[in-house]
Amino acid sequence: MALTGVEIFKLLPKTNCKKCGHPTCLAFAMKLAQRQASLDQCPDVSEEAKRILGEASAPPIRPVSFGSGDRTLKMGEEMVLFRHEKKFVNPAAFAVEIKDTESDDRINSVVEDVLSSEIERVGQKLRIDAILINNVSGEASRFEAVVKNVSEKAPNVPLIIATGNPEAAEATLKIVASRRPLLYGANKDNAEQMANIAKTYKVPLGVKADGLEALSSLTEKIKSLGVEDLVIDSGAMKAKDIIEHNTLIRRAALKKNFKPLGYPVINFCQREDKILEALIASLGVMKYSSIVVLSSVEKWKNLSLFTLRQNIYTDPQVPMQVEQKVYKIGEPRPESPLLITTNFSLTYFIVSGEIENSKVPSRLAVMDCEGLSVLTAWAAGKFTAAKIAQFIKESGIENEISHRELIIPGYVAILSGAIEEKLPGWKVTVGPKEANGIPAFLRQRMS
Amino acid sequence: MAFVAPKETFSGKVFEVTIGTDKAISFGGENVLPFHSFEGTVPHRPVIAYEIQDVPPEDWPETVRSVYEGVSSDPVSWARFCEDKLNAKAIALRLIGTHPDRENKGPEEAKKVVSDVLSAIKVPLIILGSNHVEKDSEVLVAVAEAAKDRNCIIGKAQEGNYKTITAAAMAHNHKLIAMSELDINLSKQLNILITQMGFPKERLITDPMCSALGYGIEYTYSVMERIRLAALTQNDAVMQPPLLGDVGTYVWKVKETQASETELPSWGSLKERSITWEAVTAAAMLVAGAELLIMRHPEAVVAVERFIDELMQ
Ligand code: B12
Ligand code: SF4
Repeated sequence: MALTGVEIFKLLPKTNCKKCGHPTCLAFAMKLAQRQASLDQCPDVSEEAKRILGEASAPPIRPVSFGSGDRTLKMGEEMVLFRHEKKFVNPAAFAVEIKDTESDDRINSVVEDVLSSEIERVGQKLRIDAILINNVSGEASRFEAVVKNVSEKAPNVPLIIATGNPEAAEATLKIVASRRPLLYGANKDNAEQMANIAKTYKVPLGVKADGLEALSSLTEKIKSLGVEDLVIDSGAMKAKDIIEHNTLIRRAALKKNFKPLGYPVINFCQREDKILEALIASLGVMKYSSIVVLSSVEKWKNLSLFTLRQNIYTDPQVPMQVEQKVYKIGEPRPESPLLITTNFSLTYFIVSGEIENSKVPSRLAVMDCEGLSVLTAWAAGKFTAAKIAQFIKESGIENEISHRELIIPGYVAILSGAIEEKLPGWKVTVGPKEANGIPAFLRQRMS
Repeated sequence: MAFVAPKETFSGKVFEVTIGTDKAISFGGENVLPFHSFEGTVPHRPVIAYEIQDVPPEDWPETVRSVYEGVSSDPVSWARFCEDKLNAKAIALRLIGTHPDRENKGPEEAKKVVSDVLSAIKVPLIILGSNHVEKDSEVLVAVAEAAKDRNCIIGKAQEGNYKTITAAAMAHNHKLIAMSELDINLSKQLNILITQMGFPKERLITDPMCSALGYGIEYTYSVMERIRLAALTQNDAVMQPPLLGDVGTYVWKVKETQASETELPSWGSLKERSITWEAVTAAAMLVAGAELLIMRHPEAVVAVERFIDELMQ
């Protein structure tokens, strides 16, 4: 909860000395409240005021990250409970669990699955984000060997070091601290030692307690020990508890500015039944998890989870769009076909994918319709004959091709006459309605 | 700082709807957001109905079509199979064969299929048209009469045909699905128009239009969440009917439920992938607010039922 201008004003020196570049302390306070000024512009502000203002302006859910380089995983900073209010910020990370009691063969094959998990969907590269190595054996030496092996085989993948044993934690952090793993972690029995280790090795700390009350006291205690980059676990395992705890945590942080729970959440979603596991993980994605832990990462399961996460984390106000231009697919020649569609990402990727499948080199003219699908854009008056004609003329495509034929989506067949009228010399051909009809359509034209 | 659970209670509540006669079933009735039983009451679990149709499912992908091989050539044996072998709690019969671009079956034929199916099953029946605005108003009027006294759900009434369909559902004592296209205001307006005809709002089911995972599900998800918030926080009665997620029909036409693993090795096994695609779509609809789902693949249904078990207890 941010402070109001008047509340901030009360904390300022009230001398109206103008050194901050504002006529009065009140004017400066108002700018601060609107986040259009920064507190260090006032040289005379007290330490006490700095502390209070600093805390009040901190995001309600603390930004925490782990991993390093371009695979760093950012968490927290969420501002809303429902995605229609405002875009959800940092997509939940998917982590797969490796138990140090498992055979090396099995461990290596899971690492292999993670390394080959990347797929591209609607222009985004999606993958399993992290590996959680669990010290189920309770032994420090076996754990150390597994961590070493995994970290060598997967040198760029962010790691979660899961052990309640401080000795095992230190031993492994000596090897991997520079990759900034998440140390998971602290509980009521080892909190001091774990906090010290996290401080020494400068890594974020996972904190687990039984229920939200115990969790709040534990994070306060750890914070007072000087560790603030925390990831929290309320012990929720069942779907019912996950939805309850995660909802109460997010509400407490956003609506009550309750700092002890203002941290990213980790949820363990492993199940025997892999389809059920996909559903529990989906619940995590929808209901406020920052890290979703899985027991396995089959490609078929990943595809659903990646897609759901991408859907839930899109901006509800701005549809995903691609740039307006004439895209070349394959190596089109002047006589190759020219097709047109709108710049809604989903539409573009489906249509260009099917043109690729056809193996017929083509040009795809993608027109800016503010990211709307073909029919939506047509209904909204953005994909009209006049606009299409203008776009084709201005695109300069006439200089690149030897023919004058434009293939339009089957759903807007109704536009064909009007486009021909507005584009003299052109012939409009109506393509199939659904994109999956494009390969047959294009190939048949070739024969 | 002591932790005080920030619980929320609401003045509004979702209408409780009961369908069927012999093996009647109820859904809705909660006064909280989906599965938020920690701050209110959730009297019923969501209901999943198995989808069948009046013509063989030749247009369904192999993975789901093969499940019904041997029974799906006849709607009666298909319905029995769902009730007896799959323990369906409800069945949704889609009269897709009445669509003018399909077999173009007439209202009389539809009536017969509905009567035959009804005499073969005890669980509640949801009767869906082919989603052709004009044809549905003929067909659904005829079948509403054939199904009288069985407390079915009839649908879908849309802006272009709600008058006739509403009148038929009202005359024969059925529940009614009101479908609009992914817009909370259109949905509200249609419910108002229908209730202005004298149809009780307590017998309505709102279909804000479903979409599949990866194909616009975020729109359905947010429209459902917004409808539910309006029902609870603003106590807006026309927003309080239970929500329908017509999942199977949207899921089993997308590429992810059809492309083979040889074609797309990076997508993994087709069978698990397609079943999970349906299950995850259904789970998202439940978390957004749906109380009634229509699905196709039994393994997806079983997984979603287990998911509901875990959310309820
Ligand atoms: C999601 C959605 C929306 C979203 C917008 C999403 C977006 N980014 O576009 C929202 C909620 C904002 C919306 C709003 C509106 N919508 Co709308 N919307 C839909 C919905 C449900 C899905 C659209 C979609 O994403 N399709 C997926 C994409 C990939 O499809 P596509 O672009 O058409 O591409 C396919 C084909 O066309 C083909 N294809 C594409 N390009 C090409 C090119 C060639 C050469 C070929 C051969 C093929 C081809 O391949 C693709 C896959 O098969 C449809 C109904 C439906 N289920 O289809 C209605 C629909 C498109 N909307 C409709 C309407 C009327 C509207 C509104 C005008 C009304 C309103 N509710 O206020 C507004 C207008 C928006 C505005 N800004 O003014 C109508 C259009 C009616 C019509 N026949 O003209 C539809 C059909 C619903 C309906 N039946 O009434 N909508
Ligand atoms: S510099 Fe500080 S004390 Fe001076 S006017 Fe600005 S806010 Fe007030």
